[in-house]
Amino acid sequence: MSAAPDHRPTFARAGLSDRLAPWLPLLLVPLLMVFGWLAIPSTSSWLTLTVSGLAMGMMIFLMASGLTLVFGLMDVINFGHGAFISLGAFVGVSVLLALASWTAAASLPLNLAALGLALVAAVLVTGTMGWLFERVIVRPVYGAHLKQILVTMGGLIVAEQLILVIWGPAQIFITRPEMLKGAVTFAGAALEKYRLVAVALGLIVFLAMRLVLRHSRIGLIVRAGVQNGEMVQALGYRLRLVFIGTFVAGSALAGLGGVMWGLYDEVITADMGASLMVLVFIVVIIGGLGSVEGCFLGALLVGLVQNYAAFLEPKLAMVSNIALLVAVLMWRPEGMMAVVKSK
Amino acid sequence: MSDPILTLKGVHTDIGRYHILQGVELEVPRGGVTMLLGRNGVGKTTTLRTVMGLWRARAGQITFDGRDVTALPTAAIARAGIGFVPEDMGIFTDLTVEENLILAAASGPLSSDRLDRIFAAFPPLKTFWKSAAGNLSGGQKQMLSIARAMAEERRLYLIDEPTKGLAPAIVATMAAALRDLKAEGAAILLVEQNFAVARLLGDSCAVMDDGRVIWSGPMAELAADTALQERLMGLSLEAP
Ligand SMILES: Nc1ncnc2c1ncn2[C@@H]1O[C@H](COP(=O)(O)OP(=O)(O)OP(=O)(O)O)[C@@H](O)[C@H]1O
Ligand SMILES: [Mg+2]
Repeated sequence: MSAAPDHRPTFARAGLSDRLAPWLPLLLVPLLMVFGWLAIPSTSSWLTLTVSGLAMGMMIFLMASGLTLVFGLMDVINFGHGAFISLGAFVGVSVLLALASWTAAASLPLNLAALGLALVAAVLVTGTMGWLFERVIVRPVYGAHLKQILVTMGGLIVAEQLILVIWGPAQIFITRPEMLKGAVTFAGAALEKYRLVAVALGLIVFLAMRLVLRHSRIGLIVRAGVQNGEMVQALGYRLRLVFIGTFVAGSALAGLGGVMWGLYDEVITADMGASLMVLVFIVVIIGGLGSVEGCFLGALLVGLVQNYAAFLEPKLAMVSNIALLVAVLMWRPEGMMAVVKSK
Repeated sequence: MSDPILTLKGVHTDIGRYHILQGVELEVPRGGVTMLLGRNGVGKTTTLRTVMGLWRARAGQITFDGRDVTALPTAAIARAGIGFVPEDMGIFTDLTVEENLILAAASGPLSSDRLDRIFAAFPPLKTFWKSAAGNLSGGQKQMLSIARAMAEERRLYLIDEPTKGLAPAIVATMAAALRDLKAEGAAILLVEQNFAVARLLGDSCAVMDDGRVIWSGPMAELAADTALQERLMGLSLEAP
Protein backbone atom coordinates (compact mmCIF):
# COMPACT_ATOMS: atom_id res chain seq x y z
CA MET A 1 0.00 0.00 0.00
CA SER A 2 1.49 3.35 -1.02
CA ALA A 3 1.17 6.61 0.86
CA ALA A 4 -1.88 8.67 0.07
CA PRO A 5 -1.14 11.09 -2.74
CA ASP A 6 -2.22 14.65 -2.20
CA HIS A 7 -5.69 14.93 -3.46
CA ARG A 8 -7.40 18.21 -3.84
CA PRO A 9 -11.07 17.82 -3.11
CA THR A 10 -13.45 19.78 -5.28
CA PHE A 11 -17.17 19.91 -5.64
CA ALA A 12 -18.60 18.63 -8.82
CA ARG A 13 -19.89 21.96 -10.14
CA ALA A 14 -23.61 21.73 -10.56
CA GLY A 15 -25.19 23.57 -13.45
CA LEU A 16 -26.80 26.92 -12.77
CA SER A 17 -30.32 25.54 -12.90
CA ASP A 18 -29.39 22.76 -10.47
CA ARG A 19 -27.98 25.22 -8.02
CA LEU A 20 -30.98 27.54 -8.28
CA ALA A 21 -33.54 24.76 -7.99
CA PRO A 22 -33.73 24.67 -4.18
CA TRP A 23 -34.46 28.40 -4.10
CA LEU A 24 -37.19 28.45 -6.74
CA PRO A 25 -40.03 27.95 -4.26
CA LEU A 26 -38.94 31.14 -2.49
CA LEU A 27 -39.74 33.05 -5.66
CA LEU A 28 -43.25 31.65 -5.88
CA VAL A 29 -44.74 33.91 -3.22
CA PRO A 30 -43.54 37.20 -4.78
CA LEU A 31 -44.40 35.84 -8.23
CA LEU A 32 -47.91 35.07 -7.10
CA MET A 33 -48.21 38.57 -5.63
CA VAL A 34 -47.09 40.14 -8.91
CA PHE A 35 -49.56 37.98 -10.77
CA GLY A 36 -52.29 39.10 -8.38
CA TRP A 37 -51.30 42.72 -8.89
CA LEU A 38 -51.53 42.33 -12.65
CA ALA A 39 -54.86 40.50 -12.49
CA ILE A 40 -56.59 42.66 -9.91
CA PRO A 41 -57.63 46.00 -11.40
CA SER A 42 -57.26 48.21 -8.33
CA THR A 43 -54.03 48.37 -6.36
CA SER A 44 -55.82 49.10 -3.11
CA SER A 45 -58.01 46.00 -3.35
CA TRP A 46 -54.89 44.05 -4.30
CA LEU A 47 -53.15 45.28 -1.14
CA THR A 48 -56.14 44.41 1.03
CA LEU A 49 -56.38 40.93 -0.49
CA THR A 50 -52.65 40.37 -0.16
CA VAL A 51 -52.58 41.23 3.53
CA SER A 52 -55.63 39.10 4.11
CA GLY A 53 -54.02 36.21 2.21
CA LEU A 54 -50.81 36.52 4.16
CA ALA A 55 -52.72 36.62 7.47
CA MET A 56 -54.64 33.51 6.54
CA GLY A 57 -51.42 31.83 5.44
CA MET A 58 -49.66 32.66 8.69
CA MET A 59 -52.47 31.17 10.74
CA ILE A 60 -52.49 28.00 8.64
CA PHE A 61 -48.72 27.86 9.07
CA LEU A 62 -49.09 27.93 12.87
CA MET A 63 -51.43 24.96 12.64
CA ALA A 64 -49.40 23.01 10.09
CA SER A 65 -45.81 23.47 11.25
CA GLY A 66 -46.00 20.93 14.06
CA LEU A 67 -47.72 18.37 11.87
CA THR A 68 -45.02 18.41 9.22
CA LEU A 69 -42.26 17.82 11.82
CA VAL A 70 -44.21 15.06 13.52
CA PHE A 71 -44.59 13.32 10.20
CA GLY A 72 -40.98 13.88 9.23
CA LEU A 73 -39.53 12.66 12.52
CA MET A 74 -41.52 9.54 13.18
CA ASP A 75 -43.52 8.93 10.03
CA VAL A 76 -46.68 9.44 12.07
CA ILE A 77 -49.84 10.55 10.26
CA ASN A 78 -51.94 12.40 12.80
CA PHE A 79 -55.50 13.04 11.68
CA GLY A 80 -56.29 14.11 15.22
CA HIS A 81 -54.24 17.29 14.86
CA GLY A 82 -57.42 19.27 14.17
CA ALA A 83 -58.60 18.53 17.71
CA PHE A 84 -55.87 20.81 19.06
CA ILE A 85 -57.01 23.62 16.77
CA SER A 86 -60.57 23.43 18.08
CA LEU A 87 -59.52 22.92 21.68
CA GLY A 88 -57.12 25.86 21.52
CA ALA A 89 -59.86 28.06 20.12
CA PHE A 90 -62.34 27.11 22.87
CA VAL A 91 -59.83 27.59 25.67
CA GLY A 92 -58.58 30.89 24.28
CA VAL A 93 -62.06 32.24 23.60
CA SER A 94 -63.19 31.25 27.10
CA VAL A 95 -60.31 33.26 28.54
CA LEU A 96 -61.22 36.23 26.34
CA LEU A 97 -64.88 36.03 27.40
CA ALA A 98 -63.82 35.87 31.05
CA LEU A 99 -61.67 38.95 30.53
CA ALA A 100 -64.49 40.83 28.78
CA SER A 101 -63.72 44.04 30.67
CA TRP A 102 -60.14 43.98 29.36
CA THR A 103 -61.11 43.23 25.77
CA ALA A 104 -63.84 45.85 25.76
CA ALA A 105 -61.58 48.57 27.14
CA ALA A 106 -60.23 51.04 24.62
CA SER A 107 -56.70 50.34 25.76
CA LEU A 108 -54.23 48.56 23.53
CA PRO A 109 -52.09 47.20 26.40
CA LEU A 110 -55.14 45.71 28.14
CA ASN A 111 -56.39 44.24 24.86
CA LEU A 112 -53.04 42.71 24.06
CA ALA A 113 -52.69 41.40 27.62
CA ALA A 114 -56.04 39.65 27.29
CA LEU A 115 -55.08 38.21 23.90
CA GLY A 116 -51.70 37.17 25.29
CA LEU A 117 -53.28 35.39 28.26
CA ALA A 118 -55.74 33.64 25.94
CA LEU A 119 -52.87 32.43 23.74
CA VAL A 120 -50.84 31.25 26.74
CA ALA A 121 -53.80 29.36 28.20
CA ALA A 122 -54.52 27.72 24.84
CA VAL A 123 -50.87 26.74 24.41
CA LEU A 124 -50.67 25.23 27.90
CA VAL A 125 -53.87 23.23 27.55
CA THR A 126 -53.24 21.98 24.00
CA GLY A 127 -49.59 21.21 24.81
CA THR A 128 -50.68 19.06 27.74
CA MET A 129 -53.37 17.41 25.64
CA GLY A 130 -50.76 16.76 22.97
CA TRP A 131 -48.59 14.97 25.49
CA LEU A 132 -51.54 12.80 26.58
CA PHE A 133 -52.58 12.17 22.97
CA GLU A 134 -49.09 10.99 22.06
CA ARG A 135 -48.95 8.66 25.04
CA VAL A 136 -52.39 7.15 24.83
CA ILE A 137 -53.28 7.23 21.14
CA VAL A 138 -50.19 7.57 18.97
CA ARG A 139 -47.58 5.52 20.82
CA PRO A 140 -49.29 2.13 20.41
CA VAL A 141 -49.51 2.52 16.62
CA TYR A 142 -45.97 3.47 15.58
CA GLY A 143 -45.02 2.13 12.20
CA ALA A 144 -48.57 1.22 11.17
CA HIS A 145 -50.07 3.91 8.93
CA LEU A 146 -53.52 2.44 8.54
CA LYS A 147 -53.91 2.03 12.29
CA GLN A 148 -52.61 5.58 12.79
CA ILE A 149 -55.26 6.99 10.48
CA LEU A 150 -58.07 5.08 12.16
CA VAL A 151 -56.93 5.63 15.73
CA THR A 152 -56.10 9.33 15.38
CA MET A 153 -59.45 9.90 13.62
CA GLY A 154 -61.04 8.22 16.62
CA GLY A 155 -59.09 10.55 18.90
CA LEU A 156 -60.39 13.51 16.92
CA ILE A 157 -64.00 12.42 17.35
CA VAL A 158 -63.55 11.86 21.07
CA ALA A 159 -61.94 15.29 21.46
CA GLU A 160 -64.77 16.99 19.54
CA GLN A 161 -67.36 15.27 21.72
CA LEU A 162 -65.49 16.35 24.84
CA ILE A 163 -65.63 19.95 23.62
CA LEU A 164 -69.39 19.60 23.10
CA VAL A 165 -69.77 18.20 26.61
CA ILE A 166 -67.73 20.97 28.23
CA TRP A 167 -68.81 24.00 26.19
CA GLY A 168 -72.22 22.85 24.95
CA PRO A 169 -73.41 22.29 21.39
CA ALA A 170 -73.95 25.91 20.35
CA GLN A 171 -71.35 27.80 18.37
CA ILE A 172 -69.74 30.59 20.34
CA PHE A 173 -69.48 34.10 18.97
CA ILE A 174 -66.57 36.27 19.94
CA THR A 175 -65.68 39.82 19.03
CA ARG A 176 -62.12 40.99 18.67
CA PRO A 177 -60.54 43.13 21.39
CA GLU A 178 -61.59 46.75 21.03
CA MET A 179 -58.36 48.20 19.64
CA LEU A 180 -57.95 45.34 17.16
CA LYS A 181 -61.29 46.03 15.52
CA GLY A 182 -61.51 47.92 12.28
CA ALA A 183 -58.83 48.77 9.80
CA VAL A 184 -55.99 51.12 9.17
CA THR A 185 -55.74 52.83 5.82
CA PHE A 186 -52.50 52.50 3.94
CA ALA A 187 -52.00 53.71 0.39
CA GLY A 188 -55.75 53.89 0.00
CA ALA A 189 -56.24 50.29 1.05
CA ALA A 190 -58.11 49.20 4.16
CA LEU A 191 -55.95 46.79 6.11
CA GLU A 192 -57.69 45.08 9.02
CA LYS A 193 -55.66 45.59 12.19
CA TYR A 194 -56.27 42.06 13.37
CA ARG A 195 -54.83 40.64 10.17
CA LEU A 196 -51.69 42.67 10.65
CA VAL A 197 -51.40 41.22 14.16
CA ALA A 198 -51.82 37.71 12.72
CA VAL A 199 -49.11 38.35 10.12
CA ALA A 200 -46.75 39.65 12.80
CA LEU A 201 -47.40 36.71 15.13
CA GLY A 202 -46.95 34.15 12.35
CA LEU A 203 -43.72 35.78 11.26
CA ILE A 204 -42.38 35.82 14.82
CA VAL A 205 -43.21 32.15 15.34
CA PHE A 206 -41.64 31.22 12.01
CA LEU A 207 -38.44 33.13 12.72
CA ALA A 208 -38.25 31.68 16.23
CA MET A 209 -38.69 28.16 14.87
CA ARG A 210 -36.00 28.75 12.28
CA LEU A 211 -33.67 30.07 14.94
CA VAL A 212 -34.19 26.99 17.09
CA LEU A 213 -33.93 24.56 14.17
CA ARG A 214 -30.79 26.17 12.74
CA HIS A 215 -28.87 27.24 15.79
CA SER A 216 -29.59 24.99 18.72
CA ARG A 217 -28.54 21.44 19.41
CA ILE A 218 -32.13 20.34 19.85
CA GLY A 219 -32.91 21.90 16.47
CA LEU A 220 -30.03 20.04 14.89
CA ILE A 221 -31.32 16.81 16.38
CA VAL A 222 -34.79 17.45 14.98
CA ARG A 223 -33.47 18.25 11.48
CA ALA A 224 -31.12 15.27 11.53
CA GLY A 225 -33.88 13.06 12.89
CA VAL A 226 -36.21 13.96 10.02
CA GLN A 227 -33.51 12.70 7.64
CA ASN A 228 -32.21 9.65 9.46
CA GLY A 229 -33.66 8.86 12.86
CA GLU A 230 -31.62 5.70 13.29
CA MET A 231 -28.34 7.52 12.98
CA VAL A 232 -29.45 10.15 15.49
CA GLN A 233 -30.01 7.35 17.99
CA ALA A 234 -26.72 5.69 17.07
CA LEU A 235 -25.00 8.96 18.02
CA GLY A 236 -26.50 8.68 21.49
CA TYR A 237 -29.68 10.77 21.36
CA ARG A 238 -33.04 9.54 22.57
CA LEU A 239 -35.14 10.27 19.53
CA ARG A 240 -38.34 9.33 21.38
CA LEU A 241 -37.95 12.23 23.79
CA VAL A 242 -37.25 14.61 20.92
CA PHE A 243 -40.34 13.33 19.16
CA ILE A 244 -42.55 13.78 22.23
CA GLY A 245 -41.22 17.31 22.60
CA THR A 246 -41.98 18.03 18.96
CA PHE A 247 -45.45 16.55 19.25
CA VAL A 248 -46.22 18.70 22.28
CA ALA A 249 -44.85 21.84 20.63
CA GLY A 250 -46.79 21.08 17.43
CA SER A 251 -50.01 20.59 19.38
CA ALA A 252 -49.44 23.83 21.27
CA LEU A 253 -48.86 25.73 18.01
CA ALA A 254 -52.06 24.25 16.60
CA GLY A 255 -53.83 25.58 19.68
CA LEU A 256 -52.27 28.99 19.10
CA GLY A 257 -53.45 28.90 15.50
CA GLY A 258 -56.91 27.88 16.70
CA VAL A 259 -57.30 30.96 18.93
CA MET A 260 -56.08 33.26 16.15
CA TRP A 261 -58.46 31.67 13.65
CA GLY A 262 -61.38 31.84 16.07
CA LEU A 263 -60.89 35.58 16.44
CA TYR A 264 -60.47 35.92 12.68
CA ASP A 265 -63.80 34.20 11.99
CA GLU A 266 -65.37 35.63 15.17
CA VAL A 267 -67.14 32.34 15.73
CA ILE A 268 -65.94 28.95 16.91
CA THR A 269 -67.37 25.44 16.62
CA ALA A 270 -66.14 22.06 17.80
CA ASP A 271 -65.54 20.88 14.25
CA MET A 272 -63.63 23.96 13.05
CA GLY A 273 -60.35 22.10 13.50
CA ALA A 274 -61.46 19.17 11.40
CA SER A 275 -62.53 21.44 8.53
CA LEU A 276 -59.31 23.47 8.69
CA MET A 277 -57.33 20.25 8.42
CA VAL A 278 -58.07 20.13 4.69
CA LEU A 279 -56.02 23.30 4.22
CA VAL A 280 -53.44 22.13 6.73
CA PHE A 281 -52.85 18.88 4.85
CA ILE A 282 -52.60 20.70 1.53
CA VAL A 283 -49.96 22.98 3.04
CA VAL A 284 -47.98 20.12 4.55
CA ILE A 285 -48.01 18.19 1.29
CA ILE A 286 -47.09 21.01 -1.07
CA GLY A 287 -44.42 22.24 1.37
CA GLY A 288 -42.73 18.84 1.46
CA LEU A 289 -43.19 16.53 4.42
CA GLY A 290 -40.84 17.41 7.25
CA SER A 291 -39.85 20.86 6.00
CA VAL A 292 -40.78 23.87 8.14
CA GLU A 293 -39.63 26.34 5.46
CA GLY A 294 -41.68 24.51 2.83
CA CYS A 295 -44.65 24.53 5.15
CA PHE A 296 -44.31 28.29 5.62
CA LEU A 297 -44.14 28.99 1.89
CA GLY A 298 -46.95 26.55 1.20
CA ALA A 299 -49.16 28.25 3.77
CA LEU A 300 -48.56 31.69 2.26
CA LEU A 301 -49.33 30.37 -1.23
CA VAL A 302 -52.56 28.77 -0.03
CA GLY A 303 -53.64 31.97 1.74
CA LEU A 304 -52.88 34.20 -1.24
CA VAL A 305 -54.40 31.90 -3.87
CA GLN A 306 -57.59 31.55 -1.85
CA ASN A 307 -57.97 35.31 -1.39
CA TYR A 308 -57.12 36.29 -4.97
CA ALA A 309 -59.41 33.60 -6.36
CA ALA A 310 -62.28 34.64 -4.10
CA PHE A 311 -62.03 38.14 -5.54
CA LEU A 312 -61.38 37.30 -9.18
CA GLU A 313 -63.67 34.33 -9.61
CA PRO A 314 -65.63 33.51 -6.42
CA LYS A 315 -66.92 30.26 -7.87
CA LEU A 316 -63.34 29.02 -8.17
CA ALA A 317 -62.32 29.89 -4.62
CA MET A 318 -63.36 26.51 -3.32
CA VAL A 319 -61.25 24.57 -5.79
CA SER A 320 -58.36 27.00 -6.06
CA ASN A 321 -56.34 25.28 -3.35
CA ILE A 322 -56.86 21.86 -4.84
CA ALA A 323 -55.67 23.31 -8.15
CA LEU A 324 -52.60 24.68 -6.35
CA LEU A 325 -51.98 21.26 -4.80
CA VAL A 326 -52.17 19.54 -8.17
CA ALA A 327 -49.96 22.12 -9.86
CA VAL A 328 -47.24 21.92 -7.21
CA LEU A 329 -47.26 18.14 -7.16
CA MET A 330 -46.99 17.98 -10.95
CA TRP A 331 -43.95 20.24 -10.66
CA ARG A 332 -42.43 18.57 -7.60
CA PRO A 333 -44.11 15.31 -6.62
CA GLU A 334 -42.41 15.32 -3.20
CA GLY A 335 -43.48 18.86 -2.39
CA MET A 336 -41.58 22.11 -2.80
CA MET A 337 -38.87 21.57 -0.21
CA ALA A 338 -38.92 17.85 0.40
CA VAL A 339 -36.45 16.56 2.96
CA VAL A 340 -34.10 13.93 1.56
CA LYS A 341 -34.62 10.84 3.65
CA SER A 342 -31.68 8.55 4.06
CA LYS A 343 -33.86 5.60 4.97
CA MET B 1 -7.49 -12.00 25.48
CA SER B 2 -9.31 -13.10 28.56
CA ASP B 3 -11.36 -9.91 28.90
CA PRO B 4 -12.80 -8.86 25.57
CA ILE B 5 -14.47 -5.45 25.25
CA LEU B 6 -17.36 -6.86 23.22
CA THR B 7 -18.79 -10.36 23.39
CA LEU B 8 -21.66 -11.87 21.42
CA LYS B 9 -22.97 -15.18 22.72
CA GLY B 10 -25.44 -17.20 20.68
CA VAL B 11 -27.00 -14.10 19.10
CA HIS B 12 -30.05 -14.69 16.90
CA THR B 13 -31.61 -11.83 14.94
CA ASP B 14 -34.73 -11.91 12.79
CA ILE B 15 -35.49 -9.32 10.14
CA GLY B 16 -39.17 -9.55 9.38
CA ARG B 17 -39.86 -13.25 8.85
CA TYR B 18 -36.25 -14.07 8.06
CA HIS B 19 -33.92 -15.67 10.53
CA ILE B 20 -30.71 -13.79 9.65
CA LEU B 21 -28.25 -14.24 12.52
CA GLN B 22 -28.27 -17.84 13.65
CA GLY B 23 -26.22 -17.95 16.82
CA VAL B 24 -23.32 -15.55 16.34
CA GLU B 25 -20.36 -16.10 18.68
CA LEU B 26 -17.86 -13.25 18.58
CA GLU B 27 -15.24 -11.72 20.82
CA VAL B 28 -13.58 -8.37 20.19
CA PRO B 29 -10.41 -7.88 22.26
CA ARG B 30 -9.56 -4.56 23.91
CA GLY B 31 -7.31 -2.61 21.60
CA GLY B 32 -6.48 -3.71 18.10
CA VAL B 33 -8.54 -4.27 15.01
CA THR B 34 -10.84 -7.24 14.63
CA MET B 35 -11.84 -7.90 11.05
CA LEU B 36 -15.31 -9.24 10.33
CA LEU B 37 -15.15 -10.94 6.95
CA GLY B 38 -17.41 -13.06 4.80
CA ARG B 39 -19.17 -13.20 1.45
CA ASN B 40 -21.98 -10.80 0.57
CA GLY B 41 -25.19 -11.25 2.50
CA VAL B 42 -23.83 -13.47 5.28
CA GLY B 43 -24.87 -11.09 8.05
CA LYS B 44 -21.92 -8.78 8.77
CA THR B 45 -23.97 -5.60 8.64
CA THR B 46 -26.75 -7.27 10.58
CA THR B 47 -24.26 -8.20 13.29
CA LEU B 48 -23.10 -4.58 13.70
CA ARG B 49 -26.67 -3.28 13.67
CA THR B 50 -27.66 -5.83 16.29
CA VAL B 51 -24.84 -4.68 18.55
CA MET B 52 -26.13 -1.10 18.19
CA GLY B 53 -29.66 -2.23 19.01
CA LEU B 54 -30.93 -1.14 15.58
CA TRP B 55 -32.08 -4.70 15.10
CA ARG B 56 -33.08 -6.53 18.27
CA ALA B 57 -31.48 -9.86 19.17
CA ARG B 58 -34.23 -12.42 19.65
CA ALA B 59 -31.96 -14.67 21.67
CA GLY B 60 -28.43 -14.57 23.01
CA GLN B 61 -26.43 -12.00 24.89
CA ILE B 62 -24.31 -9.00 23.94
CA THR B 63 -21.84 -7.77 26.53
CA PHE B 64 -19.95 -4.49 26.18
CA ASP B 65 -17.21 -3.79 28.67
CA GLY B 66 -18.62 -6.26 31.15
CA ARG B 67 -22.15 -4.88 30.90
CA ASP B 68 -25.13 -6.64 29.32
CA VAL B 69 -26.34 -4.26 26.59
CA THR B 70 -28.61 -6.69 24.74
CA ALA B 71 -31.83 -4.91 25.64
CA LEU B 72 -30.58 -1.34 26.01
CA PRO B 73 -31.98 1.37 23.74
CA THR B 74 -29.68 2.35 20.86
CA ALA B 75 -28.92 5.75 22.39
CA ALA B 76 -27.75 4.16 25.65
CA ILE B 77 -25.54 1.69 23.77
CA ALA B 78 -23.94 4.55 21.88
CA ARG B 79 -23.38 6.53 25.06
CA ALA B 80 -21.72 3.55 26.69
CA GLY B 81 -18.84 4.34 24.33
CA ILE B 82 -19.44 2.84 20.91
CA GLY B 83 -18.88 4.83 17.71
CA PHE B 84 -20.84 3.48 14.74
CA VAL B 85 -20.05 4.02 11.06
CA PRO B 86 -22.90 2.37 9.14
CA GLU B 87 -22.60 0.81 5.71
CA ASP B 88 -24.65 3.62 4.13
CA MET B 89 -22.62 6.19 6.12
CA GLY B 90 -25.77 7.75 7.62
CA ILE B 91 -24.72 11.30 6.73
CA PHE B 92 -27.23 14.07 7.49
CA THR B 93 -27.09 15.57 4.03
CA ASP B 94 -29.15 18.69 4.82
CA LEU B 95 -26.79 19.61 7.64
CA THR B 96 -23.36 21.12 7.13
CA VAL B 97 -20.16 19.20 7.81
CA GLU B 98 -19.80 21.27 10.96
CA GLU B 99 -23.32 20.48 12.14
CA ASN B 100 -22.80 16.77 11.50
CA LEU B 101 -19.77 16.85 13.76
CA ILE B 102 -21.37 19.01 16.44
CA LEU B 103 -24.16 16.46 16.69
CA ALA B 104 -21.69 13.61 16.83
CA ALA B 105 -20.20 14.98 20.03
CA ALA B 106 -23.28 14.04 22.01
CA SER B 107 -21.97 14.62 25.50
CA GLY B 108 -20.58 18.10 25.08
CA PRO B 109 -18.91 20.57 22.77
CA LEU B 110 -16.46 19.23 20.24
CA SER B 111 -12.97 19.60 21.73
CA SER B 112 -10.46 21.49 19.60
CA ASP B 113 -7.98 18.72 20.21
CA ARG B 114 -10.24 16.16 18.57
CA LEU B 115 -11.09 18.55 15.81
CA ASP B 116 -7.41 18.96 15.01
CA ARG B 117 -7.03 15.22 14.82
CA ILE B 118 -10.03 14.94 12.52
CA PHE B 119 -8.71 17.67 10.22
CA ALA B 120 -5.29 16.06 10.18
CA ALA B 121 -6.76 12.73 9.12
CA PHE B 122 -9.31 14.17 6.68
CA PRO B 123 -8.25 17.59 5.32
CA PRO B 124 -11.26 17.89 2.97
CA LEU B 125 -13.56 18.18 5.98
CA LYS B 126 -11.81 21.42 6.89
CA THR B 127 -12.18 22.72 3.34
CA PHE B 128 -15.90 22.02 3.28
CA TRP B 129 -16.58 22.79 6.94
CA LYS B 130 -19.53 25.10 6.25
CA SER B 131 -20.98 23.27 3.22
CA ALA B 132 -23.97 20.98 3.19
CA ALA B 133 -22.76 17.43 3.73
CA GLY B 134 -24.98 16.34 0.85
CA ASN B 135 -22.62 18.09 -1.58
CA LEU B 136 -19.61 16.03 -0.51
CA SER B 137 -18.27 13.32 -2.80
CA GLY B 138 -18.73 9.69 -1.78
CA GLY B 139 -15.22 9.49 -0.34
CA GLN B 140 -15.62 12.72 1.58
CA LYS B 141 -18.91 11.48 3.00
CA GLN B 142 -17.14 8.35 4.18
CA MET B 143 -14.49 10.55 5.82
CA LEU B 144 -17.22 12.52 7.56
CA SER B 145 -18.88 9.35 8.74
CA ILE B 146 -15.66 8.13 10.36
CA ALA B 147 -14.90 11.61 11.68
CA ARG B 148 -18.27 11.60 13.39
CA ALA B 149 -17.36 8.40 15.18
CA MET B 150 -14.09 10.06 16.23
CA ALA B 151 -15.80 13.18 17.59
CA GLU B 152 -15.86 11.77 21.08
CA GLU B 153 -13.90 9.40 23.21
CA ARG B 154 -15.06 5.87 22.33
CA ARG B 155 -13.85 2.55 23.51
CA LEU B 156 -15.07 0.63 20.50
CA TYR B 157 -15.66 1.54 16.88
CA LEU B 158 -17.98 -0.47 14.66
CA ILE B 159 -17.07 0.39 11.08
CA ASP B 160 -18.92 -1.12 8.13
CA GLU B 161 -17.08 -1.19 4.79
CA PRO B 162 -15.30 2.18 4.93
CA THR B 163 -13.63 1.69 1.55
CA LYS B 164 -16.70 0.59 -0.37
CA GLY B 165 -16.74 2.17 -3.81
CA LEU B 166 -13.74 4.42 -3.20
CA ALA B 167 -10.92 5.21 -5.61
CA PRO B 168 -7.56 3.64 -4.62
CA ALA B 169 -6.03 6.96 -3.55
CA ILE B 170 -8.84 7.56 -1.08
CA VAL B 171 -8.72 3.97 0.12
CA ALA B 172 -5.16 4.70 1.21
CA THR B 173 -6.21 7.86 3.05
CA MET B 174 -8.91 5.88 4.78
CA ALA B 175 -6.55 3.07 5.73
CA ALA B 176 -4.08 5.56 7.16
CA ALA B 177 -6.83 7.18 9.24
CA LEU B 178 -7.95 3.81 10.57
CA ARG B 179 -4.37 2.97 11.47
CA ASP B 180 -4.12 6.20 13.48
CA LEU B 181 -7.35 5.36 15.21
CA LYS B 182 -5.96 1.96 16.08
CA ALA B 183 -2.77 3.55 17.40
CA GLU B 184 -4.84 5.54 19.88
CA GLY B 185 -5.71 2.27 21.55
CA ALA B 186 -9.44 1.98 20.90
CA ALA B 187 -10.82 -1.37 19.79
CA ILE B 188 -12.17 -1.53 16.24
CA LEU B 189 -14.53 -4.07 14.73
CA LEU B 190 -14.12 -3.56 11.01
CA VAL B 191 -16.09 -5.02 8.12
CA GLU B 192 -13.94 -4.78 5.01
CA GLN B 193 -14.06 -6.42 1.60
CA ASN B 194 -10.71 -5.08 0.46
CA PHE B 195 -8.34 -7.81 1.56
CA ALA B 196 -5.23 -5.68 1.21
CA VAL B 197 -6.70 -3.24 3.72
CA ALA B 198 -7.90 -6.08 5.93
CA ARG B 199 -4.45 -7.61 6.03
CA LEU B 200 -2.79 -4.28 6.70
CA LEU B 201 -5.02 -3.32 9.61
CA GLY B 202 -6.36 -6.55 11.07
CA ASP B 203 -4.96 -8.10 14.21
CA SER B 204 -7.57 -10.75 14.65
CA CYS B 205 -10.32 -11.88 12.37
CA ALA B 206 -13.72 -13.53 12.37
CA VAL B 207 -15.26 -15.00 9.22
CA MET B 208 -19.02 -15.32 8.87
CA ASP B 209 -21.13 -17.54 6.70
CA ASP B 210 -24.89 -17.92 6.70
CA GLY B 211 -25.52 -15.97 9.88
CA ARG B 212 -22.78 -17.59 11.96
CA VAL B 213 -19.12 -17.01 12.70
CA ILE B 214 -17.44 -20.05 11.16
CA TRP B 215 -13.81 -19.25 11.87
CA SER B 216 -11.91 -16.90 14.11
CA GLY B 217 -8.23 -16.47 14.76
CA PRO B 218 -5.28 -14.22 14.07
CA MET B 219 -5.47 -12.18 10.86
CA ALA B 220 -1.96 -13.28 9.92
CA GLU B 221 -3.01 -16.91 9.95
CA LEU B 222 -5.84 -16.32 7.51
CA ALA B 223 -3.74 -14.03 5.35
CA ALA B 224 -1.05 -16.66 5.01
CA ASP B 225 -3.36 -19.51 4.09
CA THR B 226 -4.97 -19.21 0.65
CA ALA B 227 -6.61 -22.59 0.96
CA LEU B 228 -8.29 -21.51 4.18
CA GLN B 229 -9.52 -18.31 2.52
CA GLU B 230 -10.87 -20.38 -0.32
CA ARG B 231 -12.69 -22.66 2.06
CA LEU B 232 -14.12 -19.88 4.27
CA MET B 233 -15.06 -17.30 1.70
CA GLY B 234 -15.35 -19.30 -1.47
CA LEU B 235 -12.61 -17.44 -3.27
CA SER B 236 -9.04 -16.51 -2.81
CA LEU B 237 -8.77 -13.00 -1.45
CA GLU B 238 -5.05 -12.78 -2.12
CA ALA B 239 -4.38 -9.28 -3.35
CA PRO B 240 -3.59 -9.25 -7.07
N1 LIG C 1 -33.94 -4.74 5.89
C1 LIG C 1 -33.86 -6.02 5.51
N2 LIG C 1 -34.95 -6.72 5.18
C2 LIG C 1 -34.89 -8.00 4.80
N3 LIG C 1 -33.75 -8.70 4.70
C3 LIG C 1 -32.62 -8.07 5.01
C4 LIG C 1 -32.60 -6.70 5.44
N4 LIG C 1 -31.33 -6.36 5.68
C5 LIG C 1 -30.59 -7.45 5.43
N5 LIG C 1 -31.35 -8.49 5.02
C6 LIG C 1 -30.89 -9.81 4.66
O1 LIG C 1 -30.06 -10.28 5.69
C7 LIG C 1 -28.96 -11.00 5.17
C8 LIG C 1 -27.69 -10.45 5.74
O2 LIG C 1 -27.53 -9.12 5.31
P1 LIG C 1 -26.32 -8.22 5.75
O3 LIG C 1 -26.59 -6.86 5.23
O4 LIG C 1 -26.11 -8.36 7.20
O5 LIG C 1 -25.12 -8.90 4.95
P2 LIG C 1 -23.64 -8.42 4.79
O6 LIG C 1 -22.79 -9.55 5.26
O7 LIG C 1 -23.42 -7.12 5.45
O8 LIG C 1 -23.51 -8.30 3.23
P3 LIG C 1 -22.69 -7.26 2.33
O9 LIG C 1 -21.30 -7.74 2.30
O10 LIG C 1 -23.33 -7.36 0.99
O11 LIG C 1 -22.84 -5.91 2.94
C9 LIG C 1 -29.05 -10.87 3.66
O12 LIG C 1 -29.55 -12.09 3.16
C10 LIG C 1 -30.02 -9.77 3.42
O13 LIG C 1 -30.77 -10.01 2.27
MG1 LIG D 1 -23.00 -5.26 4.77
